[in-house]
Amino acid sequence: MSVFTLEAFLAILGLLLLIVEAFAPQISRRTIAAVSLGGTALALVLFLTVASHAPDSLPSFCTPWMRLDSLALFYKGFFLVTTLVVLWLTSECASYLGKYTLEGRLNELYSLPLIVCAAMMWMAAAQDLVTVFVALELVTVSFYVLVAFARKSNLALEAGVKYLILGALSTGVLVFGIAWIYGATGTLSFDGIAKALTAADLNKSPVLLGAAFLLAGLGFKVAAAPFQSWVPDVYQGAPIPVTTFLSVGSKAAGFVVLTRTVDALTVEHSVVGPEVKGLLLILGALTVLLGSLPAMFQQSVKRLLGYSSISHAGYLLLALACVGSTRSGMNASGIVAFYLATYLPMTVLSFLVLALLRVQGSGEDIRDFRGLAKRNPFLAFIMTLSLASLAGLPLTAGFMGKLFVFVGLVDQAYWGALVCAAIGAAAGFYYYFRAIVSMYSPEASAQEPIKLAMPTRVIASALAAAIIILGLYPKPLQQILSQPPEVAAKAAH
Amino acid sequence: MSPLEIVILLPLLAALAVGFGAPVRVFSVGSALINLGLVVGLVLNFSATGADKSGYAYASARTVLENPAISFAVGADGVSLILTLLTVLVAFAAVWQISAEKPVIYHIAAQLITAGAMGAFLCTDVFFLYAFHELALIPTLLMIALHGHGDEEHRRAVAWKTTVYLGAGSLVLLAGLAWMVLEYSGGQKLTFDLTALKAQAAASPLPVEKQASIAFVLLLGFGTLVSLFPLHSWAAPAYASAPTPIAMLHSGVLKKFGLYGLFRVALPLLPQGFQQPWVHQALLFMLLGNILIMGLVTIHQKRLDDVLANSSVMHMGYIFLALAAGTEVALRGAVLLMFAHGVCIALLFSLAGRLRSQLGTLELAKLGGLGSHAPAFTVLFAFGAFASIGLPGLANFAGEVMVFIGSFQSFGAGSFGPLQWAVVLALWGVVMSAVYMLRAYRAIFQGSAQAGLFMTDPAISQRLPLIVLAAVLLVAGCCPWLLLGLMKTDLATVVETASSAVQEAAKAAPAASH
Repeated sequence: MSVFTLEAFLAILGLLLLIVEAFAPQISRRTIAAVSLGGTALALVLFLTVASHAPDSLPSFCTPWMRLDSLALFYKGFFLVTTLVVLWLTSECASYLGKYTLEGRLNELYSLPLIVCAAMMWMAAAQDLVTVFVALELVTVSFYVLVAFARKSNLALEAGVKYLILGALSTGVLVFGIAWIYGATGTLSFDGIAKALTAADLNKSPVLLGAAFLLAGLGFKVAAAPFQSWVPDVYQGAPIPVTTFLSVGSKAAGFVVLTRTVDALTVEHSVVGPEVKGLLLILGALTVLLGSLPAMFQQSVKRLLGYSSISHAGYLLLALACVGSTRSGMNASGIVAFYLATYLPMTVLSFLVLALLRVQGSGEDIRDFRGLAKRNPFLAFIMTLSLASLAGLPLTAGFMGKLFVFVGLVDQAYWGALVCAAIGAAAGFYYYFRAIVSMYSPEASAQEPIKLAMPTRVIASALAAAIIILGLYPKPLQQILSQPPEVAAKAAH
Repeated sequence: MSPLEIVILLPLLAALAVGFGAPVRVFSVGSALINLGLVVGLVLNFSATGADKSGYAYASARTVLENPAISFAVGADGVSLILTLLTVLVAFAAVWQISAEKPVIYHIAAQLITAGAMGAFLCTDVFFLYAFHELALIPTLLMIALHGHGDEEHRRAVAWKTTVYLGAGSLVLLAGLAWMVLEYSGGQKLTFDLTALKAQAAASPLPVEKQASIAFVLLLGFGTLVSLFPLHSWAAPAYASAPTPIAMLHSGVLKKFGLYGLFRVALPLLPQGFQQPWVHQALLFMLLGNILIMGLVTIHQKRLDDVLANSSVMHMGYIFLALAAGTEVALRGAVLLMFAHGVCIALLFSLAGRLRSQLGTLELAKLGGLGSHAPAFTVLFAFGAFASIGLPGLANFAGEVMVFIGSFQSFGAGSFGPLQWAVVLALWGVVMSAVYMLRAYRAIFQGSAQAGLFMTDPAISQRLPLIVLAAVLLVAGCCPWLLLGLMKTDLATVVETASSAVQEAAKAAPAASH
């Protein structure tokens, strides 16, 4: 069995569930949820066995446009885990989400993520811009549906329209960029582009134009400034599981493509290398600042997490700008992957707490957090942990991720970007800790305690443990990621 | 597993257990007591056997990352053991006196601060040294914001001010440490391991100017944490409004982290940096600001908690004096003084907290004549106050004398240098200490009682940890060699490199003037 079979299985399962929804509406929500969760879990288990035994097995018709290097395998696993927790989060939120959907149906929330997951996994291995584009569109179009799914809520409709318009626009920009790159280099594959860029007689301006549009288009997907303005509204309006999926999965997908693109554009002796790096630095520094500074003034935790997600995108862009730095034992793509791996548990955990509060009927504002420590100390503890990790407190996963970014920046002597990153980190301490202080403040009015189901406890504890383990013992993950992609690729041939 | 890892982990586990509903008294106080016993055992064992070849006892390392090389490395020498002993003593006293009706978070915070301080003192890896201090800092700030004295608006303001100062200080510190690590890490590999960094510093020291620049950044970073003038203004309000156990732990223990970092990281790795004239003179100005200006400020305080908080800022000046002098006598005295100050300020804050909870006020003008109501309380307070002044026979005296003598003796050319003048001025600090402490003592305990003012001695069980602290002050004051004997070797090597640096600088100076 190959990894590709798994992806096809996920996509087909997603389609089947969609058809079931249309032709057999009497099948209960629970069954659909169980099938969807079970299918993803099965895919994850199978993926892990396949990835450890025969990582380079791809059917022959895939090989021209896909390649399974270590980075691709890592991201495929990442997307599977993300989808799994998102589906589980959906089942947690089912009770309140049903109030906002047509006839209380939720089935698309269980089937579309499977298709998105398959598309993201293809994206992780894609070796040319067309494959990337097709996979990216599959993801984005599914998200148009998912974001606006709670259609009885005005906020969700607003979010859906915003995401649709800006998403379509960014797709246009992306295609425009791809076209220019193709025109200038005559190829769409990453290897070909990298090769063409080192040619001495290449006309530089069209490549630069293409690269700029490409980065702008992808910048929309990962919420990089100045294309970040949709994030807070969409995050606020979308159902919590979808927000989580956007914040973790969609962002990671954008960064896989960005990693591949930047690697190709900044290959050694590339004619546009310095410009692309400079562009990334400026975008990254701007994104950190435009994410973390407005976050200080937010009242809604969901919006706050939206802004925080922007600022994390900024750190990731800064990490990408450090291509060529190997002093921390990983190259830029490894640092990005590491950062995303730390970002997954802490983001999911904070959205989980938000969702559980929502299920209890609480709001999503910082002041609704008051008294959480009394209502459920465990929830307050894991939320503290995930917020502290998002802020980058030492001994948590978040600090390790930031440490690698900062080491890379210092190593490359990008002092201006370093200062912006430090300002962002300092602001982060302020806004995350505002939420923490709120949780431990005495409540305004007596509220009943929150009870947690056993599975919720177990999964939340596992995510919390991941935060601490990655913060205390990041060595294994670093070793997985420190293998340069080329080595794995050569081994595959 | 090294015993040091156990004493670091124990408070963390206690905090977790208490957080998840274990009986508070048993787990929190019990773990503090066990830790006290363990550390005393470690100290006794160390004084018998001493450190091994690496300079550390009980050392162990677990690799966290290969590159950058970060390992959870622990190891103890005399200096770190003395400060660890201070930590467990103060932690024991602080946890013991948290009354039963207080929320559990008091215990969790106290245990986390203890764990953070122990980790910071015992880790021999710069990364974990820094990380553990942050771990201790966060609960401190949270507790001031949530359970501080005064109305909500006031304590929020104090908490934010403290957060901003300490957060900015930590970032400056992190920048300085990162700079140092990058400069000393040769080749492709970064290392945070203190032993490796020391070896690198001995083999190929940095240029003097670069050392001075890094030393200055570290001085500002660590200095903010220790409330070095003029970066001190967070400290007094923070201590005055922090809940009592937190004030005890932070002013008694956690604040010493900055000094410890300077002695343990900055001084050995940048021996010439602090002797560069511009750094040295800046340091002298700042520490005189601590002693003289804060001394005057303290004299003018009207409330006991403000007096104690400001005096705590002031006394840090003496320890910075030892850093500026860099002689072995002064540095050993400074470590002794850190210990003594920690014990005595914790004792005083604990008593002040008791006074506040019984009388509802700490304004000196409203107090008086309590000596006749509460004789035991008065005696305990006298121990703390007199130790703080530097009365012979109590621990602070030995430390202060060593700092002054050690700083004064290092003049060579026959005339006073800036350092000697600084000592002469700093000695006036002792006079000011006497003025404000004796005045506070008289205002509270002597004279006739104000109408309606009545207090009782604490119950015997409540007195116990306070008596322990007072006894420690007395024993360390009468037999300072018990502690000084623990650091026979570790500061000598620091001083060797530093003094050779001074001599080189002295040689270079006439050459430059010709």
